[in-house]
Amino acid sequence: MKKYILDLRVVENSSPHPRYALLKLTHDSKLPEMLPGQFAEIRIDGSKNTFLRRPISINYVDYERNEVWFLIAKVGEGTKTLAKVQSGEIVNVILPLGNGFTLPLSPKQKILLVGGGVGIAPLLYFGKCIKEIGAEPTFLLGAKSASDLLELDQFHELGSVYTTTEDGSMGEKGFVTQHSILNQIRFDRISACGPKPMMISVARYAKAEGIECEVSLENKMACGVGACLCCVENTTEGHKCVCKDGPVFNINDLLWQI
Amino acid sequence: MADLRVKIGSLELKNPVMTASGTFGYGKEFEDFINLEDLGGIIVKGTTLNHREGNAYPRMVETPSGMLNCVGLQNKGVDYFCNHIYPDIKDINTNMIVNVSGSTVEDYVATAERINELDKIPAIELNISCPNVKSGGMAFGVTCEGASEVVKAVRKVYKKTLIVKLSPNVTDIASIAKAVEASGADSVSLINTLMGMVIDIEKRIPMLSINTGGLSGPAIRPVAVRMVWQVAKAVKIPVVGLGGIVNAHDAIEFFMAGASAIEIGTANFIDPAVSIKVKNGINDWLDAHGCKSLLEIVGSLKDY
Repeated sequence: MKKYILDLRVVENSSPHPRYALLKLTHDSKLPEMLPGQFAEIRIDGSKNTFLRRPISINYVDYERNEVWFLIAKVGEGTKTLAKVQSGEIVNVILPLGNGFTLPLSPKQKILLVGGGVGIAPLLYFGKCIKEIGAEPTFLLGAKSASDLLELDQFHELGSVYTTTEDGSMGEKGFVTQHSILNQIRFDRISACGPKPMMISVARYAKAEGIECEVSLENKMACGVGACLCCVENTTEGHKCVCKDGPVFNINDLLWQI
Repeated sequence: MADLRVKIGSLELKNPVMTASGTFGYGKEFEDFINLEDLGGIIVKGTTLNHREGNAYPRMVETPSGMLNCVGLQNKGVDYFCNHIYPDIKDINTNMIVNVSGSTVEDYVATAERINELDKIPAIELNISCPNVKSGGMAFGVTCEGASEVVKAVRKVYKKTLIVKLSPNVTDIASIAKAVEASGADSVSLINTLMGMVIDIEKRIPMLSINTGGLSGPAIRPVAVRMVWQVAKAVKIPVVGLGGIVNAHDAIEFFMAGASAIEIGTANFIDPAVSIKVKNGINDWLDAHGCKSLLEIVGSLKDY
């Protein structure tokens, strides 16, 4: 897919939570096609200690409104600066980057989308794409507490939503891999994005159950286009770039201890 | 429109802007963003005799105005390059230059010999300055004897333009440059990365898997300009300058310090189209200052 460097304009910057910002960006011309699970490298302007772009997954694409959404977790100075952009300001992005999630082969396939923390971000657009081909996505979303579970209304519009929280303030108490839905429905594939310990336990569950499973990684990255070879992950075929060969990998190709 | 053409040995560049090894892949990674043929040259990823997996992750940490990396020359080896990558890049109409690295003199020679056979590769950049590999690499570039030995051996088998990339991690870079010149190099390029370290103070461990890494980006530019200035005064062969260039202003500093051409490295990560902007900016500056040719400003610095 052709990659673009675009000056996008901020339509809206909302704060669904003190630690997150949801940026809705648009462009004067039609936005390029993007696949679910792909990401953008976003330039951070006005932060003197930030040198590199920040890789941020594509949260949602609304082609009718010509908008692309990014859910930003305010982690360090770079993302905190990005989270302050105002409506009308310009954000420079390179997109679409990376491979993306595997879409269902038929509408009958039952796909479970597992997200943890800000890792829920790419699952919203993935869920939309699954729904568009006539399948119904099932979301299993985990977080520390109810207030950390973002964009739930949008997830509900796309499919069935199950949640876990560590403090029990919403859904079932515990971790995503402990949710009772896993005992009730036999899924054909699991796609997961979230903290590495969560993805490892999802991968372990999927492997034990013989379910196809893919995970989206977020290794530290510089170029985003497969040139610098900084963001590598160990795979059965040696070091692979998370930015170009990923971010989505089948768990059978990774050398995780699962 | 100023005349931007320069020569590096017998190598003719349509303009002085090349992209630095390890920051531009094999060129193709950037073809969505720029017309690769508008560049003076593309120096492709460091190539070694045998396949190298490189160092373990983590390999990169951001620093003030730059970054530290310890990739460690990950590449699939010279045979793979010749059979699978070369056919894909040979028809890009600019100077496709291969950066050659190795662990032993024999490795460098064998790799250079293979590249010498490739019609559409007019030059190599001999990397005697990689700080991220255990044996070889920078070990050759930090003494005059080591640098001479490897350059002499490669010169015997490599018939086209031989550029030698120097390490800044030395006491006297000018003496290394002179040794390299006397051993038959057509040009020197400098600087490679400066060895550095960043520590995670909570975990009390380094941020990189091999503890140290090479610093690049604007943070090192003044060091690079100083070293280009020293080397350009010490040798007669053309100097290629690099280190933290992000715009035409930076590039012009290098030309004035004595560089005949420049390479853009880490800046490609922040703006994949920066190399062409630098090229256009150099032309604009020359036009605005009434210079008909780039050569008018190379080495034009007057000491303070």
